[in-house]
Amino acid sequence: MSLFTFAVLAVLAIGSAAGMLLRRNPIHGALFLAINLSTVAALFLTMRAEFLAAVQIIIYAGAIAVLFVFAIMVLIPGKEETGPDPLRRQRWLAVPVAALFLVLVALVLRSTVLAGPPKPHLPGGTDAVGRVLFTDYLFPFEVTSVLLLVAIVGVMALTKRRA
Amino acid sequence: MVPESYYVALSAVLFTMGVLGVLIRRNPLVIFMSIELMLNAANVALVAFGQRHGTTDGQALVFFVLCVAAAEVAVGLAIIVTIFRLRRRLSVDELSTLRG
Repeated sequence: MSLFTFAVLAVLAIGSAAGMLLRRNPIHGALFLAINLSTVAALFLTMRAEFLAAVQIIIYAGAIAVLFVFAIMVLIPGKEETGPDPLRRQRWLAVPVAALFLVLVALVLRSTVLAGPPKPHLPGGTDAVGRVLFTDYLFPFEVTSVLLLVAIVGVMALTKRRA
Repeated sequence: MVPESYYVALSAVLFTMGVLGVLIRRNPLVIFMSIELMLNAANVALVAFGQRHGTTDGQALVFFVLCVAAAEVAVGLAIIVTIFRLRRRLSVDELSTLRG
């Protein structure tokens, strides 16, 4: 049953990613991206990472997808990628390069990372994540707030119209 | 329970699709979406590795990746909007100078 769930989610994730790559209209791409992000949230749920699933929905599928749609609205696209492509030959080279990359990643992963027997699962959940975040990762957590502040100030500075 | 290697394999495929998107698309917005796809794939791999090793460190790392991704999207979209205001066109192939 869990394998079936995983298979459905994997097909959804790969299909929505392919849709994002192939549709010319960026608004369709944004919708496919939202589907992909929600699917990844469901994948987190199947791995018993409930906190991350909720955060994924709120931040990614909520905030980031909406931000993309807003940017598309501001930029009025839909006309791009229709004219002649000066780099068409080089672009087709991307497919074998990406395939080679996938092969390399698969080789590395097979050889080292997943070798050995699995360890028993800890009772995860939100409380465990919170405890780790506020003890072992307390300093990075605080630095994250500074990072978000810098992002806010930077965005304001970048998009301000100069008189 | 589905073995973690399946999740890692899925994450590798999703990451490669993100790489492909960055390489073949011309619209900077779609390239940005592909970058988000890659970050997501890395998140799936991190959670799977955390499960594999029986720790919650992977999930804590994913939290930080989410924060960095949110900041990155905001700043990146602001840069794209500014470029669009200056040039009135959006194609990464034309953005080959460092001067504004």
